[in-house]
Amino acid sequence: MLTDLTEIFASVFTRNGLITAFIFVGLILAASNWLSKTLTKGQIHGSAIAITIGLILAYIGGTMTQGSNGIADITIFSGVAVLGGAMFRDFAIVATAFGADLKTLKDAGWMAGASVIIGVVLSFVVGVLVAYVAGYTDPVALTTIGAGAATYIVGPVTGTALGADSDVVALSVAAGLTKSILVMIATPLVAGRIGLNNPHSALIYGGLMGTTSGVAAGLAATDPKLVPYGAMTATFYTGVGCLLAPSVLYFLVYQLI
Amino acid sequence: MIVYGVAILAACYLVGVVAGDLIGSLIGVNANVGGVGIAMLLLILITSKSSARIELGEITRSGITFWSAMYIPIVIAMAAKQNVIGALSSGWMAIIAGTLAVVASFAMIPVLAKVGRKPELHR
Repeated sequence: MLTDLTEIFASVFTRNGLITAFIFVGLILAASNWLSKTLTKGQIHGSAIAITIGLILAYIGGTMTQGSNGIADITIFSGVAVLGGAMFRDFAIVATAFGADLKTLKDAGWMAGASVIIGVVLSFVVGVLVAYVAGYTDPVALTTIGAGAATYIVGPVTGTALGADSDVVALSVAAGLTKSILVMIATPLVAGRIGLNNPHSALIYGGLMGTTSGVAAGLAATDPKLVPYGAMTATFYTGVGCLLAPSVLYFLVYQLI
Repeated sequence: MIVYGVAILAACYLVGVVAGDLIGSLIGVNANVGGVGIAMLLLILITSKSSARIELGEITRSGITFWSAMYIPIVIAMAAKQNVIGALSSGWMAIIAGTLAVVASFAMIPVLAKVGRKPELHR
């Protein structure tokens, strides 16, 4: 009888994954807002705590299933992958632009564009240097890892274009994942120190960081009003990275080695 | 009708993503270039008061603001599906590369923010 009941629950949750995900997220947010109020007296945003809890659950899910989709690899939570997937994420990001200030965007125009290119090159150079210090000397491997330090999409795209080994591509993905997760956690912690409290610096932040998921979560945990500005520039980053890394940047690395 | 707002949002989204794919293929990159950004600009242009191309009723607006408010819950779901294990189990090199890239980028924000605009009077 009891096993029947658990089976029925599991089956209903699995068949209605997206609906289950709404409850999942609702419970996390309720717990986080409560923690924020009682433990930190509102000092730490409820959403920052919720994102951290999400990442911890992703870790637990990963350990339990050895999969790559965090908690969503546990069957009854599979809907979390739908709700947290790129489609809903990007759809909601576009919605945040409703009511955004067009003038700020226009004023920051060239600076926002520059921040994307500077961001890609900066992360790339850091990635290449670390790989070089770690003993890599092959320009293809160096470029691929550098590209991964930009985002976990630029890495494999570049690696595939240049014909890098699959273990190097995996490393580049890991570097990009580390970056995006760290941006999620660290942004609310350093926001005050780096002046991330207005639309102008949010535009630059998005351009420099570039990881859409990192920027999305980082700003959500810092100040949701800044989301459209950071997301706007971040959305150009991966494209610019995929353009620069396998071409100009690879060529430069090739010349220097 | 609330669905008008959702439909406007969806139309902006799809047009933006198509444009991003087009730009990507034009410059020979296997990625979407700025699709979401273009969609955002589109939504702002269509709905902003100054241009006032479409007068949105209160209920229509709520079709957009609902999704804007769902943003944080969606981001939390996104966090819960991250490949955290993949990042942590890959060895120190990848973690250091990712971490230093973040540190360098954070450090660059105040620099660029200062270059990009006149010094503020209030702090």
